[in-house]
Amino acid sequence: MISCDKAAVICNKAQYDEATFYEKVKLKFHILICKACSVHSKKNTMLTSLCDKAKLSNLSEKEKEEMKNKLKETVS
Amino acid sequence: MTSHSLHPDTWVDQYADYLFNYAVIRVSDAEIAKDIVQETFLAGLKSAKNFKGEAAERTWLISILKRKVIDHYRKINSNKGKAEVRMTYNSSVDSDGDWLEEQVADPYSILENDGIENEELGAAIHNCISKLPKKQGQVFKMKTIQGISTEDICNELEINPSNLWVMIHRSRTALMDCLNQNWFNI
Repeated sequence: MISCDKAAVICNKAQYDEATFYEKVKLKFHILICKACSVHSKKNTMLTSLCDKAKLSNLSEKEKEEMKNKLKETVS
Repeated sequence: MTSHSLHPDTWVDQYADYLFNYAVIRVSDAEIAKDIVQETFLAGLKSAKNFKGEAAERTWLISILKRKVIDHYRKINSNKGKAEVRMTYNSSVDSDGDWLEEQVADPYSILENDGIENEELGAAIHNCISKLPKKQGQVFKMKTIQGISTEDICNELEINPSNLWVMIHRSRTALMDCLNQNWFNI
């Protein structure tokens, strides 16, 4: 049987579709017997769906650097 | 009332994503949104001396951003005729009622609300992300929003995968708590 820590890692991987089939099976079994992980897993999935729904977007670090440089140019 | 002060050096790090998210929803084009955010920062710098300290920095920047978005639409509509409001009476078979009646919004439609709600949700999530430790927030954004693969993130930030998953785990747990307080309990 896997520990809760391991289950949490697999659960997070599953949110990004990076868990293998064997890992998912282990997680399912763990969730069956562990109440805390079952709650956590539900919440985690909820967070993923919220993030999808909000269609988040952001700037890359490079674009931010460019912005900073432009701002500095105007200041000086 | 607490008075606020401006720290332009931290603007890009702290507010760029929040403002960008706000702008991109309104102009639906990433390039234009980026320019608008840049203009907002520049305008903020220029009028920094007019800042009275009554609002928080972010609120103040958002109010500038709003003006910039309006300016953007004014500019693309300034070509003659584009600003005209066109209404056509559609005389197809299924429209047999009153013209005015057909223009009224469908009271049972919940689609409009969805848009507004998702927008607010996006703002709430960004707000929560900005409260995370810098590195965690960065990893979470790269992974969730930009969808970069685990391997690439590890290479770029020079960390190992188990390190990354720990950070993802911490940021996700913190976000769940934060959203629980700020989103579900309104």
